Amino acid sequence: MKTNIILAGVGGQGILSIAAVVGMAALENNLYLKQSEVHGMSQRGGAVQSHLRISDKEIASDLIPEGTADIIISVEPMESLRYLPWLKENGWIVTNTTPFVNIPDYPNIQDLIGAIEKFPHQISLNADEIARQVKSVKSSNMVVLGAASPFIDIPYASFENGIRQIFGRKGEKVVQLNLNAMKAGREFSEKKRKHN
Amino acid sequence: MQKLLLLGAEAIAQGAIDGGMSGIYAYPGTPSTEITEYVQKSKAADKRKIHSQWSANEKTAMEAALGMSYAGKRAMVCMKHVGLNVAADAFVNSAITGVNGGLIVTVADDPSMHSSQNEQDSRFFGKFAMIPILEPSNQQEAYNMAYEGFELSEKFKIPVLLRITTRLSHSRAGVQTKENKPQNPLTYPEDPIQFVLLPSNARKRYKDLLALQDLIDEDSEKSIYNFYFDGSDKSLGIISCGIAYNYLMENYPERNCPFPILKLGQYPLPHFKVEKIVNECRNVLVLEDGYPFVEEQLKSFLDKSGKIKGRLDGTIPRDGELNPNIVGKSLGKPVKTSFAIPKIVANRPPELCSGCSHRDIYNALNETMKEFGKQKVFSDIGCYTLGALPPWNSINSCVDMGASITMAKGAADAGVRPSVAVIGDSTFTHSGMTALLDCVYENTPVTIIISDNSTTAMTGGQESHATGRLEEICVGLGVKPEHVRVLTPLPKYHDEMVEVLREELTYEGVSVVIPRRECIQTATRSKKESKAKGEEVTT
Repeated sequence: MKTNIILAGVGGQGILSIAAVVGMAALENNLYLKQSEVHGMSQRGGAVQSHLRISDKEIASDLIPEGTADIIISVEPMESLRYLPWLKENGWIVTNTTPFVNIPDYPNIQDLIGAIEKFPHQISLNADEIARQVKSVKSSNMVVLGAASPFIDIPYASFENGIRQIFGRKGEKVVQLNLNAMKAGREFSEKKRKHN
Repeated sequence: MQKLLLLGAEAIAQGAIDGGMSGIYAYPGTPSTEITEYVQKSKAADKRKIHSQWSANEKTAMEAALGMSYAGKRAMVCMKHVGLNVAADAFVNSAITGVNGGLIVTVADDPSMHSSQNEQDSRFFGKFAMIPILEPSNQQEAYNMAYEGFELSEKFKIPVLLRITTRLSHSRAGVQTKENKPQNPLTYPEDPIQFVLLPSNARKRYKDLLALQDLIDEDSEKSIYNFYFDGSDKSLGIISCGIAYNYLMENYPERNCPFPILKLGQYPLPHFKVEKIVNECRNVLVLEDGYPFVEEQLKSFLDKSGKIKGRLDGTIPRDGELNPNIVGKSLGKPVKTSFAIPKIVANRPPELCSGCSHRDIYNALNETMKEFGKQKVFSDIGCYTLGALPPWNSINSCVDMGASITMAKGAADAGVRPSVAVIGDSTFTHSGMTALLDCVYENTPVTIIISDNSTTAMTGGQESHATGRLEEICVGLGVKPEHVRVLTPLPKYHDEMVEVLREELTYEGVSVVIPRRECIQTATRSKKESKAKGEEVTT
């Protein structure tokens, strides 16, 4: 198996936590992993991305070649479209629909959703709202990961263990909130796929 | 010995810890910061009492590391590529003094300038200093090179340059660690004047360094990091440096590259291996991240054969970092993209955080400068450099650490009034204090705004050396106390800030204005941390 994932969002939205959880889940399954991330100036409220590659064979490049990403996981709707040249023909977009508006020329949200929904392989969800419903307000990133999890060939329990490892030092409460958020995202995603 | 998931930067730190390092010295700078931070957080490093506090700048870091090496211990100094410019005096001379304990100079280059003002290639500095250079292709090699680098340095008694680029530094992969080596005992150099670079001794030391060159060439030739993979199709030979090897292999997923490959990870260039691939193959493609360092060496000034392909003949773009697609194109493999970026996607550049104190000072400065005219504000390197962008457009320069103050001085000398500098607290102690002394020496009419957020913010909030001491430092350097003005940058004090700025901008002498409010990121983080601690107490 080999899964190329582009993680997208805005600096500070928690895409590196998603990467860390998936990374832990991959390690638990003895998979190879390469994950490239962005630090420094570009983090400050700007567009950020991370390339995450998981494989049962050794991985050469830290960067995903264009046209070969299996999934774009985005915690922000406009950012889900920024890395489309990386997405392969039948690749999936999994994105939050809650916009992060910090620029004056942010496009009309309905137009954005329209552009996303044009893709046959996409799951768009209001992760912020779902996070609120399960009382995990700060865990919308884990909702998005949950929605993407069916597309990553790793047992769901491993993602759960990933959350336990990454958030463990913050206490059981934080772990539980993140687990609930991920589960809600996954349920949404599975329901939506059945409907399609 | 265990398998860890590490960033390239962290792999170097772990390799150095396991390799018997006694101290690491650095000033934060993307993409090198995480090396030192890892050592600071490492329990093993703490247990082994490895020094890991930040230095004031790269030069002081380089010198402190050299001092530790003088005392026989293994030391590492880390910096970003432009930091090596700051440390250059100590760096180049450390090759002449040589070392006692092993000394690794780790430099992280930033091709494509993700977080830098240029994309200079540190391998030129290594060649300039005439020392061995190591360049890992992956996280495991990064670990191994740091682990073994001290011994390489001790073998030749000179420093070793470990060069990485952003991509490797900030990419994570599994790393197998090795057995922990003991630290060196404290020993003095055998020759008491080894480190005394008086001309008479420097000439001798330089001859010694020249004499070493054949030996370090030979070491490079035998290095396990310089590996020749044969290939059946000799129409092309490929020389890949460091991480470029991965991009090359990405284009041959079945590991079936038909061309001979020379994978390079240690310099000086291994003569025999390079000659072999150049002689055997019709053309040679050089893949290297950064400048055409190897390509230029292979392509002599008079060579018009066109045999050597790379950045100089346009096979690879002249600037910017490599990636699998650029390498693929150079091998005639087309990129298969299915989708373009829709027009609806707007640019989202980085910005000052909401609630950041720099915002308030720029608002006040902009209002004040309306009375004094445009293009009179010099600035520096830090988050506040974002004040060059809309909506502020407040500053007119960002060159190198500390340059704001001295450029404002030069402009004032030329007749610019008022001449203003905006610098951060950490940048000020890095390289601004001597600049301020120049201003004080001539009582140059400049106004220096030290926007004090009490941290080194842009690299993630490391401690700043001047926290709580800025006024003392300025007065100590000779600024008149009545012209050291401290402000609280908050919207509610806007009018007061404008008033103070106006007063100091019209003063014909050196004035320092210090708007002080903690970085919103570090403030939020410490609030969260204390809250988390509070929760632990109650449960």
